Amino acid sequence: MPVEKLIFYAFAALMLFAAVRVISVRNSVQAVLFLVLTFFCAAVLWMLAEAEFLAITLVLVYVGAVMVLFLFVVMMLDVDYAAMREGFARLLPFGIIVSLMFFGVLFYILRDRFFGPENLPPPPPHGADYSNVEALGEVLYTEYFYPFEIAAVLLLVAMVAAISLTFRGRQQRKGQQVSRQLQAQKSDRLKIVTMASESPRKATPEPAPTDPEEGQS
Amino acid sequence: MIGGFLGPLAAEIFLLVAICVILIQDAFSYDQEREWTYRLSQLALLISGILVATGMPANDQVLYGGHYRVDTLALLLKLGIIVVSMLALTFARPYILTRRILRGEYFLLVLFAVLGAMVMVAGNSLLTLYLGLELMSLSLYALVAMQRGNRQSAEAAVKYFVMGALASGFLLYGMSILYGVTGSLIIQQVAQIGLASEQQLLFQLGLVFLVSGLAFKVGAVPFQMWLPDVYQGAPSGVTAFISSAPKIAAYGLIIRLLSDALQPFAADWQQLLSLLAVLSIAVGNVVAIAQTSLKRMLAYSAIAHVGYFLLGIIAGDSQGFAASMFYILVYAFMSVGAFGAVIYLSFEGEEREQIEDFRGLASRNLWQATLIAFLMLSLAGLPPFAGFWAKFEVIRAVALADQIWLAIVAVIFSIVGLFYYLRLIKVMFFDEPEQAATVKAPRGLRFALGACGLGVFFLGIFPGMLLEYCLQAFNG
Repeated sequence: MPVEKLIFYAFAALMLFAAVRVISVRNSVQAVLFLVLTFFCAAVLWMLAEAEFLAITLVLVYVGAVMVLFLFVVMMLDVDYAAMREGFARLLPFGIIVSLMFFGVLFYILRDRFFGPENLPPPPPHGADYSNVEALGEVLYTEYFYPFEIAAVLLLVAMVAAISLTFRGRQQRKGQQVSRQLQAQKSDRLKIVTMASESPRKATPEPAPTDPEEGQS
Repeated sequence: MIGGFLGPLAAEIFLLVAICVILIQDAFSYDQEREWTYRLSQLALLISGILVATGMPANDQVLYGGHYRVDTLALLLKLGIIVVSMLALTFARPYILTRRILRGEYFLLVLFAVLGAMVMVAGNSLLTLYLGLELMSLSLYALVAMQRGNRQSAEAAVKYFVMGALASGFLLYGMSILYGVTGSLIIQQVAQIGLASEQQLLFQLGLVFLVSGLAFKVGAVPFQMWLPDVYQGAPSGVTAFISSAPKIAAYGLIIRLLSDALQPFAADWQQLLSLLAVLSIAVGNVVAIAQTSLKRMLAYSAIAHVGYFLLGIIAGDSQGFAASMFYILVYAFMSVGAFGAVIYLSFEGEEREQIEDFRGLASRNLWQATLIAFLMLSLAGLPPFAGFWAKFEVIRAVALADQIWLAIVAVIFSIVGLFYYLRLIKVMFFDEPEQAATVKAPRGLRFALGACGLGVFFLGIFPGMLLEYCLQAFNG
């Protein structure tokens, strides 16, 4: 048991440290890497709570896929760090006071008299042949099928929304279109304007505002 | 009613399938005006509305592992959501036709939001309520950002997104505390355990988070900062939608969470809501007076109306809930019409949303000006329009619940509120127009405005039927 406790405290401390670094570090690439570390620690904690499937999914999906994509995005963005830190010092005391008060309230209410070991005893440990995935799958597709389907729709919405916000339409290439070139008529390109003949003497005194388009066609 | 295991879900399933079909149709469409996408979206809403209406439940049921609820409340709210969404789409159609927003996704995201709202009002577990809320909110964020290249709309979208995410965080935190202390996600079980539990403080902590999250979502003072900016910055067509259907869904969410799940703690949330309601009514009505933009004025009036509709919930009995439900249904209807009036002048492409732009509208188009005046009078709560009965019912409910001072505050500030609604009418009917040309709006716009204007008139003369249905939803 002490080994498990040791692992818990070690990774919980590491997780807190990494989580604080996510928001305090200057470089946003490093922030993403700290977020990866946070997820990783959370996965270890879930492993301790015998939620193996969730732990593995967290590492595979979040660390392996989502955060890597995130890293790409962050590397490609040009973030103005100076502008982001503006007003930080001014708001810091206020922020600290509010969070301390908040922490005080939460601490007072959530002390171990409610969530302590005597109120919430640990669940009985399962044998080695117990399948976490099977248990999850059983309820996921029966009891929880309705929320499960809605979550799937949520992903579809995210996709539609992302595409509609970023897709800029088909790129217009400036290539030749032979068929349109062949169909061009004289009347499309050439405009014949009838005007009075101009004498060189009259043209000098008044620079009449002429439409620049007119003579050039 | 369609039978079978999935029968009660028929409307939702149909809407989802229709969305997928329209999504594919839209992807292969070369039509610049997206005529078919629009028509199919309206048709999909119409058919799901019919499916909802014909699926009248014989009795209340809790289905699918306790996550879904069939009752009169869900049915009425779903119908309300579908009707105002159809109106909002009709209003939005000419507006987006003349702007750079015209993409098929606009209609799709509206449909997704409607689906989310339907899930929400029929949700019976913390999980489905939250998922429905997110489904709706996510679509709305994207809708607000739809007008690319417009700084105001981008700012509105970011504000909406950040505030919405914060509110979702509050809600989720409250829900997680409730789950942690009861060990159940199902509304009825949460209520049952809450009744017997000795850990009052923990429930109250969760309750505070839930109420703050809900207040953020509906824009009640002091959580209202985002609302005017978002309403003003969003394209008017989107504003008409986000000010109506999500409000009905939010009402469903509040009823399910507060009056069902946290029934044992009614005294606590009544106090919190009283504070929110009084502040919203006061701030909304007073600040609206100073606005020059009609959109912003309506946004502050939306804050005030949130305060009024909370009154009925504060009353805490079935009479009050029914009054509140009547209020929110009527308000959604009026609000869609009022923002439709903003669209009415700006359908040609330029934004004409200042109150000044409405000068002398009566001499340019008397009938439409009269319809807009109907909507304004109804929002102000004057008889014989529907808004009067809505206000009357909630104030009566709160007075019957021995909260006389709330009723007095509500009455005083609705008199203050009269000023800015009547100002628009004065501007339309008694000021000289800038230009004499008559306004000839597209057919859809005229139809929708007529439906809203005449709707509030007839609902005002015959409020009994809708009120009866609302009472039925709570009396079983």
